[in-house]
Amino acid sequence: MMKDEQQIKSQGQDVCPGKKSQLKLEDVRAEIEKTSGPQYWRSLEELAGTPEFQEMLHREFPKGASEWLDSVSRRGFLRLMGASMALAGMTGCTKLPLEPIVPYVRQPEEVVPGRPMFYATAMTLSGYASPLLVESHLGRPTKVEGNPEHPASLGGTDVFAQASLLDLYDPDRSQTVTHLGDIRSWDRFVDGIRGPLTAQKALSGAGIRILTPTISSPTLAAQIKSLLSAYPQAKWHVYEPINRDNVIAGSQMAFGQPVETQYRLEGANVILSLDADFLYGGFPGATRYIRDYANRRNPDANINRLYVVESTPSATGVKAEHRLPLRASEIEGFAHALAGMVGVNAGGATLEGEQQKFLAGVAKDLQGNRGASVVMAGDHQSAAVHALAHAINAALGNVGKTVVYTDTVDANPVNQTESLRELVSDMHGGKVDLLLILSGNPAYDAPVDIGFADALEKTNVGMRVHVGLHNTETAALCHWHINEAHYLEAWGDTRAYDGSVCIVQPLIQPLYAGRSALEVVAFLGGQANANGYELVRGYWQKQHTAGDFDSFWRKSVHDGFVAGTAFAPKNVAMKGGNVPATNVEPGDIEINFRRDPSIYDGRFANNGWLQELPKPLTKLTWDNAALIGPAMADRLKLKTEDMVELDVRGRKVQSPIWIQAGHPDKSITVFLGYGRTRSGRAGSEVGFDMYRARTTTGLWFTNGVQIRKLGDTYKLASTQGYQTMETPTGERPLVQAATLEKYRDEPKFAKEGEPPTALTLYQPYDYKKEAYAWGMAIDMNRCTGCNNCIVACQAENNIAVVGKEQVVKGRHMHWLRVDVYYEGDRANPSAHFQPVPCMQCENAPCEVVCPVGATVHSTEGLNDMVYNRCIGTRYCSNNCPYKVRRFNFLLFQDWETPQYKMMRNPDVSIRSRGVMEKCTYCIQRINEHRIDAERADTLVKDGTLQTACQQSCPAEAIIFGNINDPNSKVSKLKSLDRNYSLLGELNTRPRTTYLAEIRNPNPEAEG
Amino acid sequence: MQIFHRSTNTLSRATIFGAVFVIAALFWAMAQIQRSPYVTYAGVAKPQPVPFSHQHHVTGLGIDCRYCHTSVETSSFAGIPPTKTCMNCHSQIWTNAALLEPVRESYRSDKSLQWTRVNQLPDFVYFNHSIHINKGVGCNTCHGPVDKMPLMYQFASLQMEWCLECHRAPEKFIRPREQVFNMRYEQPTSNKVVTVGDAKFEDQIALGRALIKKYNVRPPMDITTCSTCHR
Amino acid sequence: MAERDDALGRSAPVIEPGHTFATVTDKISSIVLTRPTSRGWFLGFGVAFALTMMMLFAISYLVVKGTGIWGINIPIGWGFAIVNFVWWIGIGHAGTLISAILLLLRQSWRNSINRFAEAMTLFAVAAAGIFPLIHTGRPWLAYWMFPYPNTMGYWPQFRSPLIWDVFAVSTYFTISLVFWFIGLVPDLATLRDRSENRFAKIIYGMLALGWRGSARHWHRYETAYLLLGGLATPLVLSVHTVVSFDFAIAIVPGWHTTIFPPYFVAGAIYSGFAMVMMLAIPIRKVYNLEDFITDRHLQNSAKVMLATGWIVAYGYGMEAFMGWYSGSSSDQFLLWNRLHGPYAPWYFALLICNIGIPQLLAFRKMRTSPLGLFLISLVVLVGMWLERFIIVVVSLHRDFLTSSWGMYYPTKWDWMTYIGTIGMFLAAIFLFVRILPMISIFEMRTLLPEAEVKE
Repeated sequence: MMKDEQQIKSQGQDVCPGKKSQLKLEDVRAEIEKTSGPQYWRSLEELAGTPEFQEMLHREFPKGASEWLDSVSRRGFLRLMGASMALAGMTGCTKLPLEPIVPYVRQPEEVVPGRPMFYATAMTLSGYASPLLVESHLGRPTKVEGNPEHPASLGGTDVFAQASLLDLYDPDRSQTVTHLGDIRSWDRFVDGIRGPLTAQKALSGAGIRILTPTISSPTLAAQIKSLLSAYPQAKWHVYEPINRDNVIAGSQMAFGQPVETQYRLEGANVILSLDADFLYGGFPGATRYIRDYANRRNPDANINRLYVVESTPSATGVKAEHRLPLRASEIEGFAHALAGMVGVNAGGATLEGEQQKFLAGVAKDLQGNRGASVVMAGDHQSAAVHALAHAINAALGNVGKTVVYTDTVDANPVNQTESLRELVSDMHGGKVDLLLILSGNPAYDAPVDIGFADALEKTNVGMRVHVGLHNTETAALCHWHINEAHYLEAWGDTRAYDGSVCIVQPLIQPLYAGRSALEVVAFLGGQANANGYELVRGYWQKQHTAGDFDSFWRKSVHDGFVAGTAFAPKNVAMKGGNVPATNVEPGDIEINFRRDPSIYDGRFANNGWLQELPKPLTKLTWDNAALIGPAMADRLKLKTEDMVELDVRGRKVQSPIWIQAGHPDKSITVFLGYGRTRSGRAGSEVGFDMYRARTTTGLWFTNGVQIRKLGDTYKLASTQGYQTMETPTGERPLVQAATLEKYRDEPKFAKEGEPPTALTLYQPYDYKKEAYAWGMAIDMNRCTGCNNCIVACQAENNIAVVGKEQVVKGRHMHWLRVDVYYEGDRANPSAHFQPVPCMQCENAPCEVVCPVGATVHSTEGLNDMVYNRCIGTRYCSNNCPYKVRRFNFLLFQDWETPQYKMMRNPDVSIRSRGVMEKCTYCIQRINEHRIDAERADTLVKDGTLQTACQQSCPAEAIIFGNINDPNSKVSKLKSLDRNYSLLGELNTRPRTTYLAEIRNPNPEAEG
Repeated sequence: MQIFHRSTNTLSRATIFGAVFVIAALFWAMAQIQRSPYVTYAGVAKPQPVPFSHQHHVTGLGIDCRYCHTSVETSSFAGIPPTKTCMNCHSQIWTNAALLEPVRESYRSDKSLQWTRVNQLPDFVYFNHSIHINKGVGCNTCHGPVDKMPLMYQFASLQMEWCLECHRAPEKFIRPREQVFNMRYEQPTSNKVVTVGDAKFEDQIALGRALIKKYNVRPPMDITTCSTCHR
Repeated sequence: MAERDDALGRSAPVIEPGHTFATVTDKISSIVLTRPTSRGWFLGFGVAFALTMMMLFAISYLVVKGTGIWGINIPIGWGFAIVNFVWWIGIGHAGTLISAILLLLRQSWRNSINRFAEAMTLFAVAAAGIFPLIHTGRPWLAYWMFPYPNTMGYWPQFRSPLIWDVFAVSTYFTISLVFWFIGLVPDLATLRDRSENRFAKIIYGMLALGWRGSARHWHRYETAYLLLGGLATPLVLSVHTVVSFDFAIAIVPGWHTTIFPPYFVAGAIYSGFAMVMMLAIPIRKVYNLEDFITDRHLQNSAKVMLATGWIVAYGYGMEAFMGWYSGSSSDQFLLWNRLHGPYAPWYFALLICNIGIPQLLAFRKMRTSPLGLFLISLVVLVGMWLERFIIVVVSLHRDFLTSSWGMYYPTKWDWMTYIGTIGMFLAAIFLFVRILPMISIFEMRTLLPEAEVKE
């Protein structure tokens, strides 16, 4: 059956419902062939460093970045007039061109043209899988969603999984095998490598080195092992810039063996995070942890309490009841002190004032909740901190209850930094003849002092092969580059944070005939033309000896994971003995290196959705900045957007400054992944490359940093300039928040200022008589600002990316934004997240002012926006108090690139220039479900119809449904005391309402 | 001395009043052109790779619509038959008719036939067949006498005003579900009674009202909200 | 009689003594017919024409690229386009006011300025009319704002003030045009009869519609003119009232104000008269028409400006007061933001231009000095433009949600379009003074002693 599906996908000749776009895979391939030329030349120019390229380096907005909007100038006058005429065509007063319609030759049974299909698969990030369901319209994956069946997802995802769809269709993805930059066929590579391989056979592979990122795929691991057995002398090195060396070292220190630590947050009344940003994508298991955390945020039940000690403000810190900003190096001291207070690891130093009070409060709280508390340590904290966290959890009797230890998900848990260092020394030692780099981009992201790029360039490694999605900095330094297949194009398997195995199922045949890492390794292992499907299936056939394999396999592929493969908890004994304090010599200013919340370690640099995704706190897009605290800024007379030079122990990098409230003093945070040189139209020459200052000694943080003001400034594109509810004439009650006590005394505190329903001169429409009245409730107590909703919405609704220049001008297109508001002392403020989609007001101010009736109310209470009727007066946006309307000031949509045509959701119109757009509550989904229900003569069942944002929300903070049904989840939420409307006093009667945020502070920890 | 000839008086009067009529005529003409087949394609047969005759297959052979348009009851899209469907019969009959060569070629080479879309809506209109079928809108209500079309052509203008004719007054068009695929169905009249269950109807409006209740078709107010068709 | 005039400060005559029917006719028609076109005229027209071309270029680029070339964004959806629109419409008020209302009030002094005041109105409204069209995202579909039977079976949304605008402005333009033309007919006939050039004769002849000046002609003419005057009068009030609804109907703090209609109309007349002054003063100098456009005219206009200026000042006062009195935090913030926000300098400039400096008009000395009047008029025009800028931009840039505050920076395209329209306006004025009698000949004659009916 699965093979049939492959068949379908391979055919991909689709009659698209409502004829949105007929695309034949072959045609697209052909078109891509055509376009690949110039890109290839461009990369050569880059190598040659032509003047044009130099000029591009120095432009504030490199060609790449402006590409998004300059499409107009590229098209040129005439074609644009043509486009305008086409727009005019929307009036129906010019005739439509004749359109072809292309049926299948042999239509597969299960395909019903016009109805999407969903396939289970999984995306892997640094070894950890996000289990997914991917929507496919006649062979074209169009939307990534979480797999509700899988415990690691429960329907949620992270931003990286949501945005990975754009990576699949990225026109800058490498499209051919290349040798020294020239296009070659796979067969030529086969010929090329035959010689070296046979030569190595004789040496039993002494010259072979394989460099991979963290690998959790059982099949791939098995393949590599078999390759190593074929070449016993060959070595397997592992390196990821965002590695978990400290975590491994920590568990080594604590238990003498590497273990995976899992948390069971639903059982935790008290959570202490030691610099662990566990509520944002990228932290292993975050998707699940967010759900568990959120489930404990109900103020009417047993609400939990979160303490965060952190070295840089994070989404997790925003949610904390109590937050203590400490420099990264001081956190170990805190951990020691805490350990001392809970009676393990004697000899913890004591702290003063604030910190001591905080510490005392936490300690008491933790001890009061033995077995129902958790202490988490961040990946970038020292091994000692991890060891201490283990010790404290043990002492509090949390192990086995809220903390569980299992085998590592990483198939090869070595110290990656050392592994890479070893490889480089071998290269210098001339021991390496054949180097295979399986994805990853070490030439760009390896610690500078290891000097991997130099080694790759200078040393005489006979044959260097790079396998990757993009023709990256590393690929440029290799002889051969093999274009890798995207995970949506290839078979594979991987492990989620809980160890359960997910089957990676392709939804489409490789667009550029790419090969998966698995296939390449298998090939080197001697299996010519091994195909991924056979490899994965074969592996599991070996594993699954008992019972009928076919049904097992079908079920596993269908469900997306292999049942019963989750790691069993394992009992590990503490080694005992004190955890030594790693002595850091006191330096004045510290620097933190962090993965970027949007583009991770740089691998997503060319992903426009992620580049334009506002980072959770700064709301920055298209750039990274050096974050410093207000006090430090005042001392150094620095302002946001001032350029500075950071001298990190002799390694100089430049960066603009961003003053971040709540950032610890005497400390700077910089984000990795920017300043790529070979990323593509979106990612190249965007932001500043911080890897240039990252060394093995200060992989995550180090001190002894000199900061020097350069005098010039640099424009940063933040989507929210003003981040507080305070105005000179008083505070505005936009986010309603209260402490648990206040809430108990005065449950309806949030409702003040809401006018009575009858307050209108006109006869209000009676929505009660309708079958449906759509509404949404957003629980700000659950929302963790993980940004998923934004990307999900962008993917579902074909929302354009506009580029930095336009964001600076205030023209970003996100239908749904997450506002963040700070309150109180800038040194350590409390903050709130507030997702803002269209409020779908019953008294919508936008509707009365539209001259052509392009935005009008539906009988189900939706505020319909009719793009094709809009003439673009922008009056509606002026009159929208929530400013959720977005206008196509220029031709933001890319109507040309064939890949994007395949990517778009055929059920949503592509908005062109000059029209207003906004959140529709995913009207396409509403219609689909309503029609299906009507055909069956029933009503849409509550919960089956989900908006994209709701579906992707790991916290279940967004609930959408029929408010005419008193038993629907949304009605129940809206009936709560905490429920209030934003700007209710305007009497707009929004259908989207908010549940006030309730914090549960510990009086004893109050600073 | 005189600059203008006497006739100028008449001329000027004529122009002053004539202008009004000229402008009016202009508007009228534009309105007509917009609704003409030239713009809408209504009644225009479009070029096709194979001159497929619905008349022959429906009237002549009595093949049901759903034999080829399989997903019409379940999906927004009615479905264009894959080459396979043609070959079901044409591998047996007319096996070497020159007319059918493109079909056989497509089947052999596994390359799709490229038809020209006949009923074409703009990209911003989202039409769903299944729900119309389900609510008792007959095929030929919109597609016309397909059974009498040697070459397929678009029957209606497919302009918004045309859609609204029905969406604003469904009772004028709705028929019993079991009659939806019946090409010969006629609306009830005094001498042609239509029976639904045990009720007999002699005029469309009465029938329509009854069916609207029976099939609970949503009221015009609902089905004329923009988001019904535009997203 | 004389002393009453004095007491009312009307000492200066509306036409200098010593003129006869013949001299009046000669003096005015000669400007068009015999007087050679000066080098100055060519220069002035050339510059104005160049600016017009610049505007056309800016607009074509706009159509090609989209409104994104302007400084507008979210939240500031309206920028220069709407500011200029309101400004021009305002200016376009003086004409009808002078010709219609003063006609009905039998203010004979209007006779010498109504002609070019009306012309000025037409050109200003034309300049204004450009903006609502080009500020839309898809100008080629702007015709959807007109109700016509269409294939969509869908009408415009009559609750929207923009639709009211469409009707108000187009009506105003048409009526003004007809009114102006009717007024021209007798003079066109005069030109037809007096011009030597055959081509000119034919053109003027056609436009004169065969006017022979018979008693019947005059009788009908008077009736028609009076009726049109009656028809135009309410428009003076309605147009800017409707324009003010664009803002008053909206809920944006700073827009949602009941006082807008009256103070928009006052402001309109304020700027309208300022523009009349700006034109009258140089023209009477260049074509030495001091005999016809006397100090009396300047004084009266100055008084009108002073009065309307006070109304406007009152409007500002009330706005500020209501901002505080409403108790609404957003309104109070608006007030604070105008005084201390990023655009505060603009607001203070506005106060100085519209309230401060014009008070000099209280001094007769100022009212009688052409140069002084000219400068003050200039200041007022700037001030009125700033007023619209404050209303449109400053209200929008910081509204309800602090998260969605923004800033507005006009681009070179904004400026090119704005300055371009000024060029277009001037170019039209230049053509007008060259080819049409800028002062109504026959109406001037009625002011002469000879015209007095003797029994």
